[in-house]
Amino acid sequence: MDTPAGYLHWGFILISIPNLLLIGLMIVLFVLALVIPLPGEKETP
Amino acid sequence: MKQTPAPGRMGERSSSWTARARGEVAQRLPIENLLPDRQPYYVGSWVYVFGVVTIAALVLTVLSGVILALAGPDWWHISAAGRFFNSLHFWSVQVFFVFMVLHLWGQYFMASWRGGRAATWMIGVVIFAISIAAAFTGYLSQQNFASQWIAVSAKDALNAAGLGAFFNVLNFGQMYGIHVVLLPAAIIVLVALHILWVRMKGVVRPIESSRPATRSTPEKV
Repeated sequence: MDTPAGYLHWGFILISIPNLLLIGLMIVLFVLALVIPLPGEKETP
Repeated sequence: MKQTPAPGRMGERSSSWTARARGEVAQRLPIENLLPDRQPYYVGSWVYVFGVVTIAALVLTVLSGVILALAGPDWWHISAAGRFFNSLHFWSVQVFFVFMVLHLWGQYFMASWRGGRAATWMIGVVIFAISIAAAFTGYLSQQNFASQWIAVSAKDALNAAGLGAFFNVLNFGQMYGIHVVLLPAAIIVLVALHILWVRMKGVVRPIESSRPATRSTPEKV
């Protein structure tokens, strides 16, 4: 925890690996929320 | 029990501002809308859970923050319980931001400012901006080397933006006061308003691509 994070540097993009992983995880969560049905809910009105 | 209509409702004019305010509230936000037990079918999606998780994280952040404020920096840095609540406060904020952004994505792609909901959207935008300031002053209030380094780095940014005359990020007392009183109060009030506006206007309908563009649909269910 006390050591500096690794960074990805690609052109003008500079991002730490933990931040990149978190953004990736958020995108995965968002997509899962769209495709997984809420328990007990009907799909059509 | 028979209820008489409140003065100020149904177009009646009352000289009492209390009665007029009561009538206005009863008309705009009836109790069925304030505390609904049923929601439209399209609310049955995990996307609508993001906002609720954000509120839960905010509650945990405020509660852990109250405990930290009561005990002080020498407690939260040294004792095991203090470190636990310090970490709880920190990670609650992480959850708050992650789910606030997920909520933002969901509402953005749903264009949830439709149907007279611009105020709800804009209150959310302001909450997001104030939350960033709250998180920043939180980093400055940690009273460790990291917070001192952040303050020294940030002072140049604030000076460059012309804000250095109003906010001295190296002044722990000012940053701590802003962090524990002003910004949380603003966030709590605005979140309450945000929820009230959602209750008043109802949850926005999802965009249905199969529906003909010319056909008008009622926004409120």
